[in-house]
Order: sequence, then C-alpha cells, then structure tokens
Amino acid sequence: MRNNRPALFALATLVLLGGGVALALFWVPDDADQGFSQRIFYIHVPIALTAYACFGWGAWKALRLLWLRDERYDLESYTAVHIGLIFGVLTLVTGSIWARASWGVWWTWSSRQLVMFLVLFLFYAAYFMLRYSVEPGRRRANISAVYALFGIVLVPISFLAIRLSSDLIHPVVLKSSGPDMAGSMFLVFCICLAGMLALAATMYNVELTGKRLDGHLRELREALA
Amino acid sequence: MSSGDRYVFAAYTVVLVTVLVYVLIIALKVSRLDREVGDLARRARERRVAEQEDDREEAAVG
Repeated sequence: MRNNRPALFALATLVLLGGGVALALFWVPDDADQGFSQRIFYIHVPIALTAYACFGWGAWKALRLLWLRDERYDLESYTAVHIGLIFGVLTLVTGSIWARASWGVWWTWSSRQLVMFLVLFLFYAAYFMLRYSVEPGRRRANISAVYALFGIVLVPISFLAIRLSSDLIHPVVLKSSGPDMAGSMFLVFCICLAGMLALAATMYNVELTGKRLDGHLRELREALA
Repeated sequence: MSSGDRYVFAAYTVVLVTVLVYVLIIALKVSRLDREVGDLARRARERRVAEQEDDREEAAVG
C-alpha cells in the first residue's frame, strides 16, 4: 500500500487538477470586475496555498526531527521545503502575470502581501545555501531543522499581511465571513486546490523516493568499493 | 485572442511547462539510478565470481 502512494496521488492529481482546470477555463462564469483574466485565480491561489502547506509540512518534519532525534525526518523536511520552493516560484510567476493583466504592472512594492511572500520565498531559498554550506551529518540536520522551523513563522504573517495591511491593491476573497465569490467559483477553486495539493504530494513522494534511493546506492557503492 | 486571454493562457502554460520540466528531471534521474544499479549489480557479480575462483584455488591447494 505504501509503495502505491505516489501512483494514487498522481491519479488524484490527474482527475482533480485536470477536471479543475477544465472547469476553470470552460465552465465558471466570467468575473464581473476582471473578466476572463480572473481565471488565473484558480491556479495562482491554490499554488500559493500549496507552497504554504509544503513549508508547513517541512517545519512539522523538522520539529519531529528535533523532538524524536530520528534522522529520517531530515530528508523529509528538506524534500518538503524543496517542493515548497518550486510552488513558491510558480506563485511569484503566476502572480506576476495576473498583476500585469489586472494592474498593468508585473510587480509592485506597495503591496505588503507580495513583498511578504517574496521575503518568505527568499528565506526558504537561503535554506539551501545554509544546508549545503554545512558538512552532511547530525549538525547539518539540526541546523536545517531549526531554520525550517523559524521560516514557518513567516507563513501566517504572509497569509495575514493583506488582511492587516491597508493597501487595497491585492484582492481578498477568502474572508472570515466566507468566500467572497459565487458558489460555482468557490467549488472550482476547491477542486483546483485539492488537485494542487495532490500534485505536491505526488512530487514530494517521488522526490523522497529518489533521494532515499540515492542514499541507499551510496551505501551500496561504499560496501562494494 | 484578447490581452486578458493571453495572460490566462500564459499563466496556465507556465504551470504546465514547470510540471513537464519536473517530469523530465525525474525521468533523467530514474535513468541515472537505473545505470548506477546496473553498475553495482555488475560489480557484485564480478566480486562473487572472484570469490568463487578464490575458493576453488584454495580447495585445489588444500
């Protein structure tokens, strides 16, 4: 069952993301304000939330490493941050395209939401520099775990930045009173979010399996040398 | 195609291309792992043959 996990996630990705994108492009009504270009929302926001989820998962694994002293969590935390960073790049790129379509600019420094996400992204990009500047072993695992745990503090700040800030550039649709959109739009958004989370889970499992295989092969090479 | 359509197309294409590039990277990694496993299997076979030859030589001397 455990070995079938990537295949199950891949199947879920195909169904959910394939269906979600088809519905987003051909079924949901046009937004009254932004028109057709609002459809970027159905991939941009799920990608951003998935990046947060990956960083959160990485921090959870880092906490498990520090708590239980089990070194296998180091690889799991590192893999989660790695996948989170890929989704982080996608968030910035799709967000930039949407900004150009809606506001006429590729980037604006006046939106705290954008700047906070960039800070979060750069923080996790630096995780790799830190990790590869330390010799592999217990020390590197601990330092990486502490760094990943510090980073998670930025996630709620980034998520709440727009709600706490006074700028009105970046729209808020997920409010405490409920989603500020039509029922059909929210349904498609949820399908796309589930699909994006399934895609991240697939990538995480495939990447983790590859990294574990690399480790086992290294041990075998040393044994046969 | 209007300018709004072009941006939507661009955003979805970026995501698709990223996923495809990721699949390509994984495919390259799998073929590298396959090569390395094949190399290790060949080395293990050679070692076994060498050990069997050593055993035969020892038996012949004994």
